[in-house]
Amino acid sequence: MTIDIPNVRTSWPHEINAITLGATPAEGGTRTSTVTVGGGTTLPFCQFEGSIPNRPVVAIEVWDIPPQTWPDTVYNPFADVADDPAAWAKKAVEAFGADMICLRLKGCDPTHGNRSPEQAATTARQVADAVGVPLIIWGCGNDEKDNALFPVVSEALSGENCLLGTITEDNYQSLTTVAAAYGHKLIAESPVDINIAKQVNILALDAGFPEEQLVIFPSSGALGYGLEYVYSIMERLRIAGLKGDRAVAMPILCDIGTDVWSTREANAPVSGWGDAKIRGPLWEASTAQAYLLAGADMLVMRHPDAVRLTQKTIARLMGGNTR
Amino acid sequence: MILIGERINAGFKDIANAIRMKDPAPVKRWAIAQTEAGAAYLDVNIGAASRDPQDMAWLVRTIQNTVSTRLSIDSTNVEVIEAGLDAIDERGVLINSTTADAGKLDQLIPLAVKHNAMLLGLAMDDRGSPQDVDRRVENGATVFMAAVEAGIPPDRIILDPILMPIKFMQEQVPHVLETIEQFTHLSDPSPHISVGVSNVGTKAAEKGRIIRTFLVMAMAKGLDTVICNVCDDELIAAVATAELMLNREIYTDSYIRAFLMRQAV
Repeated sequence: MTIDIPNVRTSWPHEINAITLGATPAEGGTRTSTVTVGGGTTLPFCQFEGSIPNRPVVAIEVWDIPPQTWPDTVYNPFADVADDPAAWAKKAVEAFGADMICLRLKGCDPTHGNRSPEQAATTARQVADAVGVPLIIWGCGNDEKDNALFPVVSEALSGENCLLGTITEDNYQSLTTVAAAYGHKLIAESPVDINIAKQVNILALDAGFPEEQLVIFPSSGALGYGLEYVYSIMERLRIAGLKGDRAVAMPILCDIGTDVWSTREANAPVSGWGDAKIRGPLWEASTAQAYLLAGADMLVMRHPDAVRLTQKTIARLMGGNTR
Repeated sequence: MILIGERINAGFKDIANAIRMKDPAPVKRWAIAQTEAGAAYLDVNIGAASRDPQDMAWLVRTIQNTVSTRLSIDSTNVEVIEAGLDAIDERGVLINSTTADAGKLDQLIPLAVKHNAMLLGLAMDDRGSPQDVDRRVENGATVFMAAVEAGIPPDRIILDPILMPIKFMQEQVPHVLETIEQFTHLSDPSPHISVGVSNVGTKAAEKGRIIRTFLVMAMAKGLDTVICNVCDDELIAAVATAELMLNREIYTDSYIRAFLMRQAV
């Protein structure tokens, strides 16, 4: 007896925007490589029914000040470069295979050292000169300070086609203007809220920023800390985008490291939980891989082992070599 | 929601004059205005202003020189429809309309197949306009079956239950709403369902409110296509709001803007 396997292929009327980051000398920048994400015509890794032209990418996080709050497990791989962002970035790319570098300007936070916009710009330029991959530049999170530093940092990286973030529902006008002026792209952030995710995008569009140059950051929750809420928001965003809702048809970014490395499960030396040096990176990799299935196009991560595991998963899900 | 702009119709004096004088200006103006307002299709109808199929071809060419919006070739005369289809370029097109009348179906279904056109079928036949739900459903099913048998997929077929003015045929309006729901059960996926929504307000003092309210109620029953005045901001806002209520659009404070962006796809 034969049983017909039902044809479950779905076709979607629209596709997710593709976005390219980084610019080579021919394109007005100094990058040696660029990265393109998005452009899919179906849900993540459903290559049997549509096209996934670009694989998700991993950016390794670099701070402008030594990250004293990081647990030893994730600090140690970078201990020799933690006070030199350029060397840190170089190590992340050359030793740990980062597709991109995410420079977080944490030291500009008024409560974390209050570095000046000019210092931030110098650091950003040094990082850019140390590596050839495209850059994400993430502000310190203090709106007032970010609005002061991004004009200076953006100018220092003019032409490099970076991804800057973040804009929010309450703070988008300054950064959209600056990013448009210096040819950078933007991360639109929302607090685990699909309605606000859409609203921030519309506010940016209404401010004249092109929809093809936005990436959605719907917030990330670590495994065990709200991952499923973010997961379902990402699924809904992706499905709506594929159905033609242009206000949400953008690639999605997840900030994995920040959330994972603040959890007890990733860090705490609890007997019976196994070696934290293994557990932490696995927690980060597990969180990242769940978000890949939900539709993440860009993952900002920290631990080299977690990055390697995640890149291997991406290669396998894309149907490539598993190494 | 598929919005079909109704305005390039010789029932309107400026369009009738434009056809008579071969003046492209009013046609171009409405082509642009309706496209900017979110029309997915522009209805094109030479009405009673002309019996010359070449006037339809002229309208089609004039619009094509102005916008890239898809067209709905609207006539009760098969020769006029054919002239419109022959004049059209590579863009998408909709035949508006056939009836359940066998003579009509035999001519228009092959034209829809030949031109890869969507086909709009009115739920009427040679006995005239239907007066109840059963006749409407029977006629709609006749058009649907004939089109599917000819290889036209359900999502390329649009059924119209025939909306009548509430001022003159009030009892027919609930029949139309009921028919819409029954049309959704014809197949899975269901055919598209459309009305010429302005009809419901004909000669009524509160025309705008009547049209808006009917349209929202019809959407709740399954209407997903409408021939309407797309330049009526209040009407479009009502459609956008109804899409939210039906959970077809993710809520945002700027949902009307988001709806218009989607229409522009």
